[in-house]
Amino acid sequence: MTAAPISWFLVLAAVLFGLGALGVLIRRNIIVIFMSIELMLNAVNLVFVAFSRFLHAIDGQVIVFFVMTVAAAEAAVGLAIIISVFRNRETINADDLNLLRW
Amino acid sequence: MSPIVFGILAILLVMSGLGVVLARSPIRSAMSLVMTLFFLAVMFLLLDAQLVAALQIIVYAGAIMVLFLFVIMLLNLQEEPAALGRVGLRYGASFIVSLFVLAAAHFLTTGTLQPGNAMADAVAPGFGSTEQIAERLFTQHIFAFELTSFLLLVAVVSAVVLAKKNLQ
Repeated sequence: MTAAPISWFLVLAAVLFGLGALGVLIRRNIIVIFMSIELMLNAVNLVFVAFSRFLHAIDGQVIVFFVMTVAAAEAAVGLAIIISVFRNRETINADDLNLLRW
Repeated sequence: MSPIVFGILAILLVMSGLGVVLARSPIRSAMSLVMTLFFLAVMFLLLDAQLVAALQIIVYAGAIMVLFLFVIMLLNLQEEPAALGRVGLRYGASFIVSLFVLAAAHFLTTGTLQPGNAMADAVAPGFGSTEQIAERLFTQHIFAFELTSFLLLVAVVSAVVLAKKNLQ
């Protein structure tokens, strides 16, 4: 039985990561930028799991747990910051939040 | 995983990923992201990572996405007319990102990772089981595990502090 080679998974992960990066670059809504970051983290998870299967080593799957934990922590803190910003500025458009802009 | 199943899943993943980036309303972006996470969970399942697939659905599609949806609804975000930024930025960013992806695809398919192909070999029984992962997690990666619990504590405390009414 044939199986999809590892390089296919890596290319798919690169495409998903690219989509996430594109979202961060072109979207102006902070929450959507945040979701694009989650998409990039998931692309990385796919690489970890694919290599875990490829090398028959379980460590890749263990690392995915840590990535998920960091993603959860990041989402909690980031969304709290977004709520706080919205309360003070009444906007979450990245172009309007330019106080620290050069 | 057979190439046909991979192809179907890859198409679904890329389409739902495009939905995250291109949807005008944040709710639709979030729903597309949930779909992406589900398809990724299926892919993990087919890569002999059962526990990771289950956690993907419970933690990501469950907990984290509910948090996102909760904030979107709390802030009552509507569809934005200029959701995608300036046209020049849009095309420039798309061009650079597709260049990056094409370069990555080129190097990944022509490098030393030729289809040899370890993906076809059967894994040992119990690979990806909770038992095996827990055993590795609590021996070799125990320090990282403890650090993670500290990170979660810091995240919880800081989220509560940040979301409080007045920061004085």
